[in-house]
Amino acid sequence: MAIASSDTAIRSSNWTRTLIYLVLLLFALFYLLPLFIMVVNSLKPLSEITEGGMIALPNEWTIQPWLSAWSTAQIGVEPTGLRPYFINSIAMAVPAVAISTIAGALNGYVLTKWHFRGATWIFGLLLFSCFIPFQIVLIPMARILGILNISGTTYGLILVHVVYGIGFSTLYFRNYYAAFPTELVRAAQIDGAGFFQIFWRIMLPSSGPIIAVCCIWQFTNIWNDFLFGASFASGDAAPMTVALNNLVNSSTGERPYNVHFAGAIMAAGPTLLVYIVAGRYFVRGLMAGSVKG
Amino acid sequence: MAATDPMLDSGADFRTRLQNWLPKIVLAPSFAVMVIFVYGFIAFTIYLSFTGSRMLPSFDLVGWQNYERLFRVRQWDTAIINLGIFAGLYIVISTIIGLMLAIFLDQKIRGEGFLRPIFLYPMALSFIVTGTAWKWFLDPAIGLEVTMQRWGWTSFEFDWIKDSDMAIYTIVIAAVWQSSGFVMAMFLAGLRGIDNEILKAAQMDGASNFQMYRRIILPQLRPAFLSAFVILSHLAIKSYDLVVAMTDGGPGTSTWLPALFMYEYTFTRNQMGIGAASAVIMLMTIAAIMVPYLYAELREQK
Repeated sequence: MAIASSDTAIRSSNWTRTLIYLVLLLFALFYLLPLFIMVVNSLKPLSEITEGGMIALPNEWTIQPWLSAWSTAQIGVEPTGLRPYFINSIAMAVPAVAISTIAGALNGYVLTKWHFRGATWIFGLLLFSCFIPFQIVLIPMARILGILNISGTTYGLILVHVVYGIGFSTLYFRNYYAAFPTELVRAAQIDGAGFFQIFWRIMLPSSGPIIAVCCIWQFTNIWNDFLFGASFASGDAAPMTVALNNLVNSSTGERPYNVHFAGAIMAAGPTLLVYIVAGRYFVRGLMAGSVKG
Repeated sequence: MAATDPMLDSGADFRTRLQNWLPKIVLAPSFAVMVIFVYGFIAFTIYLSFTGSRMLPSFDLVGWQNYERLFRVRQWDTAIINLGIFAGLYIVISTIIGLMLAIFLDQKIRGEGFLRPIFLYPMALSFIVTGTAWKWFLDPAIGLEVTMQRWGWTSFEFDWIKDSDMAIYTIVIAAVWQSSGFVMAMFLAGLRGIDNEILKAAQMDGASNFQMYRRIILPQLRPAFLSAFVILSHLAIKSYDLVVAMTDGGPGTSTWLPALFMYEYTFTRNQMGIGAASAVIMLMTIAAIMVPYLYAELREQK
């Protein structure tokens, strides 16, 4: 987000300023509350939670819930823990992000630097495809994955995420390349550089920031997806979100809340890490996702 | 497009022609994927919504029957009413909180760099994670209610998540928690874009703070309001994960939303025709909001 120095600060008394700080701090607490609850309760024995001490710090600190969530908790029928599903999510997200980003870069390059008739229409159609409710494609997608014999696999999910990720990645690169000086491309063309040479030597070297934005956006979306995962890859190939939901909603007997919280942090970990490391780009991605921002 | 040079010999001519076609060839796979997987699939689902498909797709047309049945199903009524409640509250509350935080944060606040990321991080989490955290926090047996009682407020009650009349509001709480920070970021960007020379001038003329916001600042935030509305309504109509994680539609079917209805009818109850019809209605609703918005945006960009 571009934060310029100009703010709209108004004259205010000390009393109002105190009130403003108070409200801001209260909301900070509100936003931190669930994270606090997840962390704190993942580190205490179950008995402390069931006795009603969810908001308190642990009396007895333990990492047992984490170990259990990772490697022994019951997910569906097998006591495998979340580890295999974490690996599924990585195996799904990494190629899907890479492919959709590469496709988006090429599309954005074509749409901005190689004008041809109908390009605006194509872009408009791509743009609208970003905002369809995915329920409208679930049934035919299930059929196609079945026909291709990749339903219930990670490959199937990679395909799905690439297909529905291209719209956004194209949007990002198109908007970014639209501001890129076309004279440079023209000049290179006159010097005899071809289509891919221009892309490789001129466009890509200056695309660092948008590549970061696009990868973060795609990674967050794909990692956090539940609908496609639940529809097309339940069972062994399920991604982390589906496995976490199974862990939380299907355990019988006494609920191991502390294990659930540990699992929730594991599912949140990668995107949270991305946010902490590259928050600037994450926010820019969100804003670009709002079309204009 | 590069101009073809007629002076080149035929070998080079082929290369030039290839260069001319390359952009289209590169774009073609994405275009094909989009035509098939987005628009082809939409057409297929629309077609299915007019067939008697149950567990598997069938191709016998039954006219508007699925739509007529859809609007007679009680769960669809529930889902639509819930969507109205959920979307209305979610959009309004997120906008109010987002706007308020943005205005407050824009008052030369010390520690803005510290607060802003805290307000925004929920957006990085999946709805499944968010749902899990709120589900247990609002669970009267272990969460807020029992904690307050243990702290001595013995009459404290908060069991909305178990109450079929109130459960939908708990989904609103979690969804607002997730998105309001993002709305704040949009408004903050809008506020930072306002020329404060105008504000200074107005201040000189003796405008009160309230008048400044009412007359100058808020009107200039119109694009941010519009973006927030479009994005939040789009998110609300698609909402599925959060409900699944928090209440799984329950108690009973009291927190069903259209997205959950579509999934249940299509994949669990083997009423694919009705499921497809509900998906078409969802698409139409979103299109009614998105198409004019995107059209305006694209026209502006040209």
